[in-house]
Amino acid sequence: MSMLECTALSKNYGSVEALRSIDLTLESGRIVGLVGPNGSGKTTLIKLAQHLLTPTSGVITIDGMIPGPQTKAIVSYLPDRDFLPQWMNLDELMTFYHDFFPDFNPAKAADMLDALGVSGRQPLGKMSKGTREKVQLIFTMSREAKVYLLDEPIAGVDPATRDYILRTILSNYSENALVLISTHLITDVEPILDEVVFLQKGTIELHENADALRERTGKSIDGYFREVYRCWGN
Amino acid sequence: MGWNFNDNTPIYLQIMNGLQREIASGAYPPGSRLASVRELALEAGVNPNTMQRALAELERQGLVNSQRTAGRFVTEDTAALSALRRSMSDSIISDFFRSMQSLGLNQEEILSLVQDWVREHSKEEH
Repeated sequence: MSMLECTALSKNYGSVEALRSIDLTLESGRIVGLVGPNGSGKTTLIKLAQHLLTPTSGVITIDGMIPGPQTKAIVSYLPDRDFLPQWMNLDELMTFYHDFFPDFNPAKAADMLDALGVSGRQPLGKMSKGTREKVQLIFTMSREAKVYLLDEPIAGVDPATRDYILRTILSNYSENALVLISTHLITDVEPILDEVVFLQKGTIELHENADALRERTGKSIDGYFREVYRCWGN
Repeated sequence: MGWNFNDNTPIYLQIMNGLQREIASGAYPPGSRLASVRELALEAGVNPNTMQRALAELERQGLVNSQRTAGRFVTEDTAALSALRRSMSDSIISDFFRSMQSLGLNQEEILSLVQDWVREHSKEEH
């Protein structure tokens, strides 16, 4: 069943065309990698899906609805920067999420926070960057959402943290949900992807099943893109 | 995280090979119950759909069978298990011969080297 659909979707920032008339259908029950170099339109697409931006033209729908309060109730969004009030401690965050999101599962969040070994009294702003990122991911994945939009969840983390993050995503997303992960680090997420969408200069260069792509090209997804788009690299 | 995958083969095939090895070696004994798709996926660090596909292929090969609610079990069909062991060892042997031949050795030389090797190493063990 199609969960996220874009039809002739465009977004301009002044004279800059960030997305150029893209058509895209993503089904539920999939983990999809949204990959592409910096400035290719990944974050713009995610922000349009989350109603933080409005389209210049074209349509985007989530579960058949135009993004707004109804879609935010079913979409769990992890921005690419700190997004929770930094003065709140974990107990306050639990209440905050519980108040805002009917699909929030406090027991799940409490278990993961316990396992991480962080205490309820500590404000988010006093934690290390790595811990704060993990805490934000825990809250994001503790919602039993229909769609997870994860914007660069593994950018700039060490390998152990990356494993923690991927494991947390894999073990917590609700079955039949759509998980959209944007990243420019393809190698790191490759084994967990069902599908890959490659953006380049605001257009979709390719949308294919991840294993089918490896079978067709005889290369890793990362290797394939490095070869086809020489400017790749990070 | 999880297993290591090489670049040029579909991940589901690599998972299948890994599971076949575990079944052939008896790490998953005949008749034993496999963990759930989700648990196995997590252990390997892959997408559950990819794990599902690998398991479906093993089912098609008759190496595992699923019992609707109880889960998936390793086959108890000893013929199927010895056929699996046979085909896996065949492919190891053919890889071995190919790399020995690439050193310029012929079949007889390879066989006598293998016999020497076995003789020397069986001494060491005793």
